Amino acid sequence: MKILVCISHVPDTTSKINFVNGDSEFDTNGVQYVINPNDEFGLTRAIWFQEQQGANVTVVNVGGADTEPTLRKALAIGANEAIRVNAAATDGFFVAKQLAEVVKNGGYDLVICGKESLDYNGGMVPGMLAALLNYNFVNSCTELTIDGSTAKASREIDGGKETISASLPLVIGGQKGLVEEKDLRIPNMRGIMTARTKALTVLEPVGANVNTKAVKFEKPAPKSAVKLFAADDLDGLVNALHNEAKVI
Amino acid sequence: MSLLIYAESAEGKFKKVAFELASYAKKIADSLGTTVTAVTVNAGNSSELANYGVSKVLKVTNDKLNNFNAKAYADVIKQAAQKEGSKVIVLSSTTDSLYLAPLVAVGLDAGFASNVVGLPLSTSPFQVKRNAFSNKAFNITEISTDVKVLSIGKNSFGLVESSASLSEEDFAPTLNDADFSVKVESVEKTTGKVTIADADIVVSGGRGLKGPENWGILEELATVLGAATACSKPVSDLGWRPHSEHVGQTGKPVATNLYIAVGISGAIQHIAGINSSKVKVVINTDAEAPFFKVADYGIVGDAFDILPKLTQKLKEFKANNS
Repeated sequence: MKILVCISHVPDTTSKINFVNGDSEFDTNGVQYVINPNDEFGLTRAIWFQEQQGANVTVVNVGGADTEPTLRKALAIGANEAIRVNAAATDGFFVAKQLAEVVKNGGYDLVICGKESLDYNGGMVPGMLAALLNYNFVNSCTELTIDGSTAKASREIDGGKETISASLPLVIGGQKGLVEEKDLRIPNMRGIMTARTKALTVLEPVGANVNTKAVKFEKPAPKSAVKLFAADDLDGLVNALHNEAKVI
Repeated sequence: MSLLIYAESAEGKFKKVAFELASYAKKIADSLGTTVTAVTVNAGNSSELANYGVSKVLKVTNDKLNNFNAKAYADVIKQAAQKEGSKVIVLSSTTDSLYLAPLVAVGLDAGFASNVVGLPLSTSPFQVKRNAFSNKAFNITEISTDVKVLSIGKNSFGLVESSASLSEEDFAPTLNDADFSVKVESVEKTTGKVTIADADIVVSGGRGLKGPENWGILEELATVLGAATACSKPVSDLGWRPHSEHVGQTGKPVATNLYIAVGISGAIQHIAGINSSKVKVVINTDAEAPFFKVADYGIVGDAFDILPKLTQKLKEFKANNS
């Protein structure tokens, strides 16, 4: 089985969020970049398929040369090879088109994406990719097993879960649950050493429309300080919630 | 060229979010000099949609659509949009809508913006403000395609009543086997309890509650408020509460009216996930807990002492205010 894991290179959650160039760009100064958390679950699950079922795991990212350390980390975690499509990942449709080209050329049976990236929060690449390829698609995927050419997946729904079956080829939008947090793979020394020798191929992007453009960014208005109530003034809190905040 | 909304229903009844979408779309329709059409699937009486400005309903009735199916539903919405010549399609941020939205967008060659907060800043060029960086910033996004698909952020636009006279039309889009290639084998739902996604109020517990055996006081508070219960990631990892209650960056997002955090210190990942909640109340013994920095109201004190008393106060409040 050939698996493609799509990785986003995102600022670490604890990063300070600031904008430069007239608020048109994210300020990368001093920011630590990581594999998007939703993608990490998918990557570890892919490595599980590699170990249990002999799958080949390729990781791909659409981004500039600055994303290569993140791809190397994925190789260190255990992916077999990496691909970087040399283009800025500015629009979800554009990114999906690039990934579709990689999937078509590579003949992948299973494409694992994270449901949403935590910088852009677009949540659209997995679905768009599936639609462009006309592949089966399961979003909010919290469990995945493959038997031959049939996949069984769980999808998180409001107040519960759905068990789904679909034939390969399949795209999933993965999240926590694909593996447990405690089972997430991290690179070990051996992984880091072998990552250096694994192939990281750079491809030029194919022509594709850019359908949306982030014109400007804004930070939310600064928050006013918390209104504290003493532990014996619960009436004060209830009043505030009712009369001031109007939420009860 | 009316605006199209997908008015979601469950067991034949419209979800509240359907009326939010109608309210939102109606405002845009008014400014563009057009109207709002809703497409519904196996929903009952559509007349309530007219209270929020919908003037036409494309009513789809089809047994094959009894279970949600993203590809099939996306095909329904796509065909409805094509029938109406809609240039703007408004969807919600429910799990099902976010699943089908990208499929609708590709089907219509449309640009898509998710987590949209507020009405478009302009329609020519078409610009919307959306949440980004896990609720730590906004971005103004311009959609340059002829057709646009929007997913409105949860709880970001209220209900606006505006009466319209409604015409209903039975709509039977062409669906084929390929639309149903993903099969639902079973559905497990925790019944009876209000879900985090639907709740107006969420009561959430962290490690400060010391152990699963202490959750009773939190559940009682939730019951009196008609709230959903939630928990922090460590609590879920420790197995004190089910994974489905984990809210935060890698858990469920919360964008409710009132979020009450008990014994949760306020890790950045947790706050990122709940930051779209309108009012946040923090109860913690530690005055230095980071959560107080983003809270609207707070009590520095012991949950074991405060929660039962707060529950009692709220019972009295409800009794006096019903």
